[in-house]
Amino acid sequence: MKKDIILAGVGGQGILSIAAIIGTAAVSSGLYVKQAEVHGMSQRGGDVQSNLRLSSDPIASDLIPFGKADMIISVEPMESLRYLPYLSPEGWLITNTTPFVNIPNYPAIEQVMQEVGKVKHHIILDADKMAADSGSSRSANVVILGAASPFLDIPMEVLEKAIRAIFGRKGDEVVNLNLNALRLGRQLAENQM
Amino acid sequence: MQKLVLLGDEAIAQAAIDAGISGIYAYPGTPSTEITEYVQHSKEAAAKGIKACWTANEKTAMETALGMSYAGKRTMVCMKHVGLNVAADPFINSAVTGANGGLVVVSADDPSMHSSQNEQDSRFFGKFALLPILEPSNQQEAYDMVRYAFDLSETFRLPVLLRITTRLAHSRSGVETKPQRDQNALTLPSNLRQFVLLPAIARKQYKVLLNQQVALEKESEGAGFNSYTEGSDNSRGIIATGLAYNYLMENYPDRKVPYPVVKIGQYPLPLAMIEKLADTCAEIVVMEEGMPIVEEQLAGLLRRGLKVRGRLDGTLPRDGELNPNLVAVALGLTDTRGEAVPAIVAPRPPSLCVGCPHTDSYIALNEALNEHSKGRVFSDIGCYTLAALPPLEAINSCVDMGASITMAKGAADAGLVPAVAVIGDSTFTHSGMTGLLDAVISKSPITVLILDNSTTGMTGGQPSEAFGRLKDIVTGLGVEPEHIRILKPLRKNHAENVQAIKEELAYQGVSVVIPTRECIQTLNKRMREKFKNKK
Repeated sequence: MKKDIILAGVGGQGILSIAAIIGTAAVSSGLYVKQAEVHGMSQRGGDVQSNLRLSSDPIASDLIPFGKADMIISVEPMESLRYLPYLSPEGWLITNTTPFVNIPNYPAIEQVMQEVGKVKHHIILDADKMAADSGSSRSANVVILGAASPFLDIPMEVLEKAIRAIFGRKGDEVVNLNLNALRLGRQLAENQM
Repeated sequence: MQKLVLLGDEAIAQAAIDAGISGIYAYPGTPSTEITEYVQHSKEAAAKGIKACWTANEKTAMETALGMSYAGKRTMVCMKHVGLNVAADPFINSAVTGANGGLVVVSADDPSMHSSQNEQDSRFFGKFALLPILEPSNQQEAYDMVRYAFDLSETFRLPVLLRITTRLAHSRSGVETKPQRDQNALTLPSNLRQFVLLPAIARKQYKVLLNQQVALEKESEGAGFNSYTEGSDNSRGIIATGLAYNYLMENYPDRKVPYPVVKIGQYPLPLAMIEKLADTCAEIVVMEEGMPIVEEQLAGLLRRGLKVRGRLDGTLPRDGELNPNLVAVALGLTDTRGEAVPAIVAPRPPSLCVGCPHTDSYIALNEALNEHSKGRVFSDIGCYTLAALPPLEAINSCVDMGASITMAKGAADAGLVPAVAVIGDSTFTHSGMTGLLDAVISKSPITVLILDNSTTGMTGGQPSEAFGRLKDIVTGLGVEPEHIRILKPLRKNHAENVQAIKEELAYQGVSVVIPTRECIQTLNKRMREKFKNKK
């Protein structure tokens, strides 16, 4: 088993919490994990990505080679496109549709979604809205993770266990909101597939 | 043995705790910051009484560590690559004094300049100082090397340089730890003149250092961090250092490279292995995550001997980080690059946070300077450097820690009046104070803005040594009290702040303006914690 995942977003959007959940789930499944993060200057509102690699065999490089990523998971639509050179021809693009506009020349969102539509396998979702509707606007990340979950080759129960482990100290309410967010995203992806 | 998932930085920190350090000293700098933070947050380290201190700058960190080593205890000092420039004086001389307790210096390089002003390679510094260097290729090796580095340091009585790069520092992976070791007892050097570098003593000790080089090279051959792997195709041989080894292996899914490979993780270079490779192969490709230091030595100035390829002949790019694809192309394998980035994707440079106090300070400064020609603002290293970009476009220099004040003085000496320096509070105590003293003594007509956000912001909000002391420090350095102006950078105070800055720009001597308001990130964090505790 091998899954190479690019996580994309803007500094401060919290892509690392998605990485933490998948990473925890992978380690508890006995997989090898490497996860390269971005710290420092770019975290101040710049574009950020994380390379997350899971494998049943030892992993050599911290960076995913171009054209080899099995999926791009993005919390921001334009950012999902920035990493297309990494996506394998049969890879999946899973992206949020809510733009994060902090630059004057952000393209028209229709154009962005048109480019997303050109990717052979994609799942799009308004995770911010879905999270807000379900009563937890802060769980948009986990909704997106849910939408990516069918492609992870990690059973839902293992992801749920990772969410319990990571959010456990914040109390049952937070755990349940995130578990709910995960299932919402999963459901949406299954409907789009 | 415990298996933890750790950042490279965290693996180094855990290894230092397990190896029995008594202290760790550092000034924050990406990508090295998380090493010291990990020790500071470690309950284990606290229980063991390990000192984990931020220092004023990298030089004071290095010297403090040297003092702890003098006293016989193990110690680590951490910095980013350009921090080693600041610490260069004690670092180079520490090779001549030697160590007593184990002393490991970690320098974190930033090829591709993700968060830096240059991509200098710390291995040059190690070679310059004639000290052994370790360069891990993964998180486990980083952990193992730290334990070994302390042993090496105590065996040879020398500081050891651990050189890491961004991708290792900020990438997580599983790490198996070793049993913990006790700290050393307080033991002074047997020769109480060991650390006295008077010329007569230094000359003697320098010869000892030179004579150790052969033994250090032998150690490099045998310690296990350098290795020779036979290949089936001798048309080329490969030397891969540090992370470059991973990128090489990534290109061979079964991890079987057809060519002989020398993996380098320890310096001085293992000559026997390299000689064998040169004797076996028609050409050598050198892959280094950093500058072509091994390649240059191997190729020689006239390139008349061995056929060597790498960054110098264009086989690999001359600058920037390596990656699996660059290595693939260098080996004649296919590049697997996917679809191009669509043209509509706009760059998204980092920017000051919404609500950042620096924004209000710069808007006021820009307006106060409106009546003067452009190009008179010298700035420094920190979040506030982002004001070089639109929309603020407020600064004209960013060179090294502290250079704002001294460059403003130089420009004022040349006749650029008024000249303005903009420096952060933590950068000021790092390297700005001495320059301000120079300006005070010359009565230079400069206006210095010390942007006091009460933290070291860019690296994630470490405490600033300037906190609550700035006014006293600048007064003590001799700035006239009537030309020290403390402002609160808020939109509602804009008009009076502009006025205050204008008045100081008009003063023909040293003025210090201190806009003071807490970093929005640390403020938010503090409020979140306060709220949590109330719940």
